[in-house]
Amino acid sequence: MNLNLRLKIGLTILAIFTLGSVFLPYFTDVDPSAQGTYYRRLPMSREHLLGTNTLGQDIFWFLVFAVRNSLILGVGVSSCTVVISVIVGLSAGLIGGIYDRIVMVVTDSFIAIPSFPILIVLGTLVRGRTNFWLLGLILVVFGWAWTARTVRSMALSIREREFISTARFSGTSTLGIILKEVFPYVYAYIVVGFINSILFVINTEASLAVIGLSKVEIPTLGSIIFWALNYSAMFVGQYTWIVAPVVATVLLFLGLFLTSTGYNELFAARRGHS
Amino acid sequence: MMGSGYMMKTVLKTDSLKKVYKLGGFIRRVRIDAVDDVNLDIKSDQPIIIGLVGESGCGKTTFAKVILRLVEPTSGRAIVYDRLVAGKGDKPTKQELLATLQPIFQNPYEAFSSYRTVDSYLRETAVRVNQLSQAEAVDAMEEALTSVGLEYGDVRGKYPNQFSGGELQRVSIARALIPHPNIIIADEPVSMIDASLRMNVINLFLTLKQEYETSFLYITHDLATAYYISDCIAVMYRGCIVEFGDAKAVLTDPQHPYTKLLLESIPLTNRKWDEEQIAMSGIEIEEYQFEGCKFCNRCPIAEDICNHQRPDAVRKEDGRDVYCHFA
Amino acid sequence: MIKLNNIVASYTTVRGQVTAVDGVNLHVPSGYIVGIAGESGCGKTTLLRVLYGDVSFPLSLKAGSVQYGFCNDDGEEATSSNIRQHWFKRISYIPQSSMSSLNPVIRIRKQFVDFRDSKKGNAEVLAEVRAYVKDLGLPPEAIDAYPHQLSGGMRQRVMVAMATFFKPDIILADEPTTALDVVVQKGILLLLMNLQEQMKNTIFLVTHDMGVHYQIAHKMLIMYAAKAVEFGDSDAVFEESLHPYTRMLIESLPTVGDDRMRQGVSGRPPSLWDDLHGCRFAPRCLLATELCRVEEPALKEYKPGHFAACHYVESS
Repeated sequence: MNLNLRLKIGLTILAIFTLGSVFLPYFTDVDPSAQGTYYRRLPMSREHLLGTNTLGQDIFWFLVFAVRNSLILGVGVSSCTVVISVIVGLSAGLIGGIYDRIVMVVTDSFIAIPSFPILIVLGTLVRGRTNFWLLGLILVVFGWAWTARTVRSMALSIREREFISTARFSGTSTLGIILKEVFPYVYAYIVVGFINSILFVINTEASLAVIGLSKVEIPTLGSIIFWALNYSAMFVGQYTWIVAPVVATVLLFLGLFLTSTGYNELFAARRGHS
Repeated sequence: MMGSGYMMKTVLKTDSLKKVYKLGGFIRRVRIDAVDDVNLDIKSDQPIIIGLVGESGCGKTTFAKVILRLVEPTSGRAIVYDRLVAGKGDKPTKQELLATLQPIFQNPYEAFSSYRTVDSYLRETAVRVNQLSQAEAVDAMEEALTSVGLEYGDVRGKYPNQFSGGELQRVSIARALIPHPNIIIADEPVSMIDASLRMNVINLFLTLKQEYETSFLYITHDLATAYYISDCIAVMYRGCIVEFGDAKAVLTDPQHPYTKLLLESIPLTNRKWDEEQIAMSGIEIEEYQFEGCKFCNRCPIAEDICNHQRPDAVRKEDGRDVYCHFA
Repeated sequence: MIKLNNIVASYTTVRGQVTAVDGVNLHVPSGYIVGIAGESGCGKTTLLRVLYGDVSFPLSLKAGSVQYGFCNDDGEEATSSNIRQHWFKRISYIPQSSMSSLNPVIRIRKQFVDFRDSKKGNAEVLAEVRAYVKDLGLPPEAIDAYPHQLSGGMRQRVMVAMATFFKPDIILADEPTTALDVVVQKGILLLLMNLQEQMKNTIFLVTHDMGVHYQIAHKMLIMYAAKAVEFGDSDAVFEESLHPYTRMLIESLPTVGDDRMRQGVSGRPPSLWDDLHGCRFAPRCLLATELCRVEEPALKEYKPGHFAACHYVESS
C-alpha cells in the first residue's frame, strides 16, 4: 500500500495515542481521578511529568486516562453508528420504493434536528446523574444519520451499474451481491465515515463536559478542561492543567483528520488506477 | 414463421408490451412511452438471430431490460422460449430463467466489477446456475472459454482492466454461454470494440448459433452488422415497431418510410449518398407521445389519418409486417 | 499546403512517457476534407490536438512542427508556436461532445459573442449570427436557448455554426457525429460538406467510422499505432489501398446488401509502452517478412498523391 504522507502522519499520531492509552495505564495503580493523592500545584518534574493540579491529581496520568476514555467512547459509539448506518443505508438504497422513502424521512429528520441543543437540554435534566453508557447511547442516536445517507447514495448509484446485472445472471444471491459487489465500492466511505464519527463523538463529549453536562468525575478530555476552568487554572498560573488537555485534544483531532483525509486520497487514487 | 416441421418453439412473443417512464418533477411531468405497444410473435424450430435495430433512444435498450427482467413493464406480457418473463401470470423460477436467457452488455468494462476477477463470475455461474461442483465448474468454464477462442490460463486470476475490450467482451460471452441458454440478449455488443476486431465477435455469434444452438437477440444501431447476421429483423422508432420481417428482405427492400430513411442515411462504403434534404427530427420527446403514427412529422407520405390513428401491422406477401397506413 | 513536419507528441503519465504520435511527416494540400481514420490508440485525436495547437500538460510536442500555410496580419507565418492567436478566426475546432463544450448556464448566443471582433458591437454581431444560423437552415431561436433545451443533433449543428462563423481556413472536427443517430449524422455531414464547398477551406475530420470517410472525405490519412501508414485521395485509398492494414480494415466491414463473409483482423495493435521495432503492423500482417520486423518502412509516394508506409506495396 502506497500510503501518502498525510496518512502516514495521521496514523502515527493515532498510533501513539492508542498505544499510550492501552499500555500506559498498566504502569500506575493510582486512580487518577482521586483527589488529594499528591501535593497540590507541584511543578513539572520527573515524578509528575506535567505536575499536579489544584485538586492534588497528577495531570499526566489524568490525561492518559482521559485520552483512553475519550477514545473508548469514540470508537465504541462509532462502531455502533457504522453498523447501523450501513444496514440502514444499504437497505434503503438497494430495496428502494416506499421503504426507501420512509427510511429517508426518518434519516433526514435525524440529520436536520440539531443535536447539540438537545444534548444540552438532556444534560441539564439529568445533570450529574448521567451514566456514561447513556451518554454513549445518545451519541449513537445522533451520529448514525449522516453516514447512512452517504452509504445510501453510493448504493443507489451502484445499483444501476451493469456488473450488478451480470452478478444476478450468474446466479448470485441478493446477500452475495451486497457483500461481493456493492461492499467493495462502499467500503471507502465507511472507513472515512467511521473516522469522522470518532471525531464527532470526542468533540461532542468534550463540549458537553466543558459545560459540565457530562459525567465529569470520569476522566475524559472534556472533563479535564471542565475542572481546569472551574478552578480558574489560567488565573492561578496552573497553565499545564489547561494547556495539556487542549494540546492533546488538538493533536488527537489532527491525527483523526489527517487519517480521514489521507484515506480519502488513498481510495481516490486507487479508484483512478483501476 | 421460420422453417417448418417439428418442435416449433416460441422464441420471442410480446403482447402489447408497454413501458412508460415519467420524467420531471411536480411541475413539469414528461411521459415517455419507451416501449409502446410492441407485438411480436417469432417462432422457430432452429436457433435464430433476431435483429432489433433503431437509433439511440428508440427504446430498444428498454425493451432488452424488460425482457431481461431488469425493469418491470407498465403493461403487457413477454414470453421467451415458452417462459413468461414479463407481465402477469406464472413466472418461472430463477433457475429456469437463468438457464433460458443470458445477457451481454455494451460496455465490457462495466459488465464486471473492477474489484473481482473475471473468472470468479464464470465460476459463480457454473456453480450456481448449472449446479455443478467446483471441479465440474472448471471443465464448464474451459469449454465455454474455448468456444469463444480463449484459454482458461489466459483468464484465471485477472481483473477486468487487464483485458482489451474485444477480449473482455468474449469473456462476457463465455460467461453467458455456461448455462447453455436458449437465447442470448446482446445489447450493442460490439459498438465499443474497434472496427477491425468487431467482425471477430460478430462471426463468433454465427458460430455459436450453429455449435451451441443458441439464439440471439442482437440489438444495435448498426444496420450493416444487423444485415450480416440476422435472420429476421425488427425496426423500432420511438418505442414502436415499424417494420418486421426477414432481415435480408427488409434491409434491401424496405417498405416503411422510416426504414427507407434509415437505409438512405447510413454512410455506406460502396455507394455515395444522394444529397437531398432530409427531414430533421423536431422535439424528440414530444414525438414519443403522439397518438397517431410517431413518424408522421417526418414522413414524406403522411396524411391526416396518420396524425390520429396508430397504424396496425399490415401483413405482406413475403411474410413481413409493415406498420403503415399506406403499406 | 499544410505541412506536418516530423511530429512527435507524447503524454506524460504516472508510468512514464508514451508517444502517441511518433513521427508523422506529411504535406496536406489545402482546400479538401481530409479524413483521419484509425482505431483507438492510433494517435488520431492526439494529432488533431497538435494541429489545433492545444498542447498542454500532460501532452507535449516533443519534436517537429506544423506550418499552416497562411500568415497573420503582420505577415508572420502561422506555425505550431503561434497558432493560438488564430483560434476561432482562422482555425476552429468542433468537439465530439457538444454538451461538455457549451457552458450549460449561459445562453448560446452569449457564447458566440464571447469571441467576437472587438471592433463591432454586441448587437451587430448577434444580428450577423442570426442571419448566418438561418442560412444554415437552423431556426434562429436556437441561439437564444440554453444548451440543454436543444436536442443533441441541434446542439451539434450549433457547434458547427460556431466553428464556421468566422470562415476559418482550417476546421478540425473530432468525431463530430459519433454520438448522434444516423439520420441526424447525415444532415450534419452534408452541412459540413456544403460549407466546405463554399468556403474552400480545409477540414480535418477524425472518425473511426469508415463509412463516413467514404461519403465525405476527399483525402484520407490512415493511422496505426502512432504512425501514418497511408495517405491519398479517399477513392484511391478505398478502392486501391496500398497498405495491408487499410485493406484488411476496409474488407472487414460488412455492408447492407453484400452477403460475403467478412473476417476481422486477428491480434491487436501493439502497446505503445513496449519497445517497438520495425513495422508496427508486422505481427498481424499476412505479408510480413523478417525485413518488416526489423526495419520500419517510410511513408513514400507510390502513385501520384498516394503515399504508403510498407515494404511490399508493389507485390500486393
